[in-house]
Amino acid sequence: MRRQPPPVYSLIVHRLEGLAKLTGREQYVDDLPLEGFLWGATVRSPAPRGRVTAIRFDPAIDWSQFTVVDHRDIPGPNVIALIESDQPVLAPGYVRHVHEAVLLLAHPDRAVLRRAAAAVRIEVAPEPAVTDFRVVPRPDQIQYGADNVLKHLHISKGDVERALAGAPIVVEGVYETGAQEHVYLEPQGMIATLEGDVLVVRGSMQCPYYILKALRYALGRDETRLRVIQTPTGGGFGGKEEYPSTIALHAALLALKSGKPVKIVYDRGEDMAATTKRHPSLVRHRTGVTPDGRLLAQDIAVVMDGGAYVTLSPVVLSRGIIHAAGPYACDHVRIDGRAMFTNAVPFGAFRGFGAPQTHFANERHMDRIAARLGLDPAELRRRNLLRDEESTATGQVIRDGADRRAVLEQALSLADYDAKRSAHLRFNASSATTRRGIGVATFHHGAGFTGSGEAMLASRLAVAGLADGSIEIRSANIEMGQGTLTVFTALAAERLGIEPSAVRIAAADTARVPNSGPTVASRTAMVVGRLVERACDDLRRRLDLASSTEGDVRTAIRSWYETHPGAELVGEATYEPPPGVVWDDARYRGDAYGTFGWGAYVAEVEVDLRTYETRVIDFVAVQDVGKVLHEVLARGQVQGGVAQAIGWALLEDCRWKDGAMANAQLTNYLIPTSDDLPRIRVAFLETPYAYGAQGAKGLGELPMDGPAPAIVNAVAAATGADPCVIPLTPERLMTIADFGLRNAESKGQGTGS
Amino acid sequence: MTDQSAIRNPQSAIQVAFTLNGSPISAEIDLTDRLLDTLRYRLGLTGTKEGCGEGECGACTVYLDGLPVNSCLVPTYQVRGRRVETVESLPPARLDPLLTHGATQCGACTPGVAMTSCWIIDHPELLATHAVRELLAGNLCRCTGYDGILDGIAAAMQARP
Repeated sequence: MRRQPPPVYSLIVHRLEGLAKLTGREQYVDDLPLEGFLWGATVRSPAPRGRVTAIRFDPAIDWSQFTVVDHRDIPGPNVIALIESDQPVLAPGYVRHVHEAVLLLAHPDRAVLRRAAAAVRIEVAPEPAVTDFRVVPRPDQIQYGADNVLKHLHISKGDVERALAGAPIVVEGVYETGAQEHVYLEPQGMIATLEGDVLVVRGSMQCPYYILKALRYALGRDETRLRVIQTPTGGGFGGKEEYPSTIALHAALLALKSGKPVKIVYDRGEDMAATTKRHPSLVRHRTGVTPDGRLLAQDIAVVMDGGAYVTLSPVVLSRGIIHAAGPYACDHVRIDGRAMFTNAVPFGAFRGFGAPQTHFANERHMDRIAARLGLDPAELRRRNLLRDEESTATGQVIRDGADRRAVLEQALSLADYDAKRSAHLRFNASSATTRRGIGVATFHHGAGFTGSGEAMLASRLAVAGLADGSIEIRSANIEMGQGTLTVFTALAAERLGIEPSAVRIAAADTARVPNSGPTVASRTAMVVGRLVERACDDLRRRLDLASSTEGDVRTAIRSWYETHPGAELVGEATYEPPPGVVWDDARYRGDAYGTFGWGAYVAEVEVDLRTYETRVIDFVAVQDVGKVLHEVLARGQVQGGVAQAIGWALLEDCRWKDGAMANAQLTNYLIPTSDDLPRIRVAFLETPYAYGAQGAKGLGELPMDGPAPAIVNAVAAATGADPCVIPLTPERLMTIADFGLRNAESKGQGTGS
Repeated sequence: MTDQSAIRNPQSAIQVAFTLNGSPISAEIDLTDRLLDTLRYRLGLTGTKEGCGEGECGACTVYLDGLPVNSCLVPTYQVRGRRVETVESLPPARLDPLLTHGATQCGACTPGVAMTSCWIIDHPELLATHAVRELLAGNLCRCTGYDGILDGIAAAMQARP
């Protein structure tokens, strides 16, 4: 067998493309040299719902200078192919949300184009719109099925009604989370070019093959005349999962009609207004517990705002409800989930994919239970965390060897939890204007696609040996900052015993790479990284080096080409589900994921009783995500995820008008700056996962799940208030609590829990 | 882009001379052009990025007469006779500590972060009155949580003679 491999980060210390990024040499879509092209622009609906009665072009403009595209120019079905076929590429005379694309324009001069786009007036005969997903729609607001429910899912374990009826204590709660804008720093952008008969689309994206599918369908072109190439992607966080299909189609339609290359790059305002956001949610909990804090029954109802089209809401809802009961052992669980149609800009994929919403509710609720029972919130979690051989809400028996209590204990210890709790009591009693508190959240995140998703994707990957003895990894999984290039290179170098400098990663180009699936769901390192390893093994087999690591792979590759003139040496791998993973999609029972990552986060906050501002002053993030493949990259994923979640918890407030974002600019949609954050202290426990690359589990999304509840729990501990809605802006905290003045007056006779 | 001049007002086209990354340069620009666009689309220096176009994110940070500014907020005519430095002027070796400590992930904010970081590193006297977190607050990063950047700056400052 193979020798014990050295850790990957000993092979590659630094991010491979890091210096190109630091020096500004990395070329993103808007940086690519392009000759003789047109800029493209989108003219959008001003109204949330209604029939388009007129499209008026300002007669002062010479429109013959512009390429103009509407729904009649779409060669195939007017559908952005995804889960359902309900979303048009361009609204065909009827709009369902503000900013829905109606018309496309192209012109060589961007400034001229912008003025022209503003000079097109779309008139809509308004019809009753739904703008609040929490309210039962009136008959004249029904626009999807019989009840505006986009998706209804249900999980049932044991007998919740009976368990609740017999429970000595029942605790209820209602929790809400707001939308969140991704704010990847590189706005969406796409270039479409006709190269002979082949339509080539280049741009910022997470999923080249999603775009290929959407182009093939709506343009009625087969794959031989389509090519999608990812350009370096300046952040995605899910925002470049499904939306880029829309902008790719728009650029393609303009290029086909004009016969010229077309570039569409959104500015920040358009990007924030028109693209997807995290689903807002409302979650109700009814929980039966024993006086000593054992969970007897969890009854949970989850409602999410899907917006005006289905997009990915069914699968976001699915992940949301599967995580809704938390990482706890409970015999009786019922979870009901609904994604609602509204006339809002469609909500979509965002790091965590529904789980941060339901974890927020559950972890706030755990603290409410602890308060009711007079228990330390950490102790309540200690008593209920899953042990190996116990099962989740879907009946998935956990036996991964990870010690969830150890994760919690390490977080508490690093945060100095017990000492801080006592210190805060003293501090709060002595301060007239400031309150301090500490809060905990324990949580999990399923890695990879949900249920049978990975099996259905059947991802394929290739590792080619090249004539010069180097190798090329061919994968559709992209780099967007999370470290794919570095990790794949290290995995292959190590597997083949060659220098990282002998490994190349092919551009994610659908004409050159097999479909290794989308770059989403914390699957790239774990699932696709494993395919890199297996394709390397296949390459070895083809070189007859299968049983040895001692063979010089590079020499063997060169010799192979001498004996196989004209042939290409390619190792391949196709996804195989881990043995024993069984999922029943009809009953929502069984193994929802191949494995879970586990986290325990502790937040310490300071609340200013005069301004109601909350500052996170310390943050400890401990997780077991299996083997850590690259320490700097992994830590960066956690720190960045925590920062993004701190924004969601405290700052990032989407303001709505007619289902559209009213504050679509960074001036008044605030994301955390360096000065808003504490150092985020990160630690890993490493229980290897047998079916992930080198024992790795998914990592990217887990850090989004824990911070919001940990922080709001800390605010509750600090103030005695019971906030259940995020973002917990100063304004919101003020409206739910008059504790500030009261506590200030009574000098800390307050309610620190 | 031949039809551009026909649509734009020819009266507003002017010639601007300034020093760019140490070399004199002259460019014909429109009075309404932003320095960011002049750099990117007229002079081909695409290292400077547009993140927000309203001076909030700092991705377009350049030095104007040695001071970091948001180039999306600077009309190009204002740099006449002045000194502009972009990310392309930074020697790669200076960026090593940032690379080592994980200061870049997706890279879209990175050129601006690199410019501000190097400016902080070059002005250690500022730390008497300001925290690095405060000095860096004009550069939004959505990937790192800033710790990798702060660690890189700290390492670079420690390594200074």
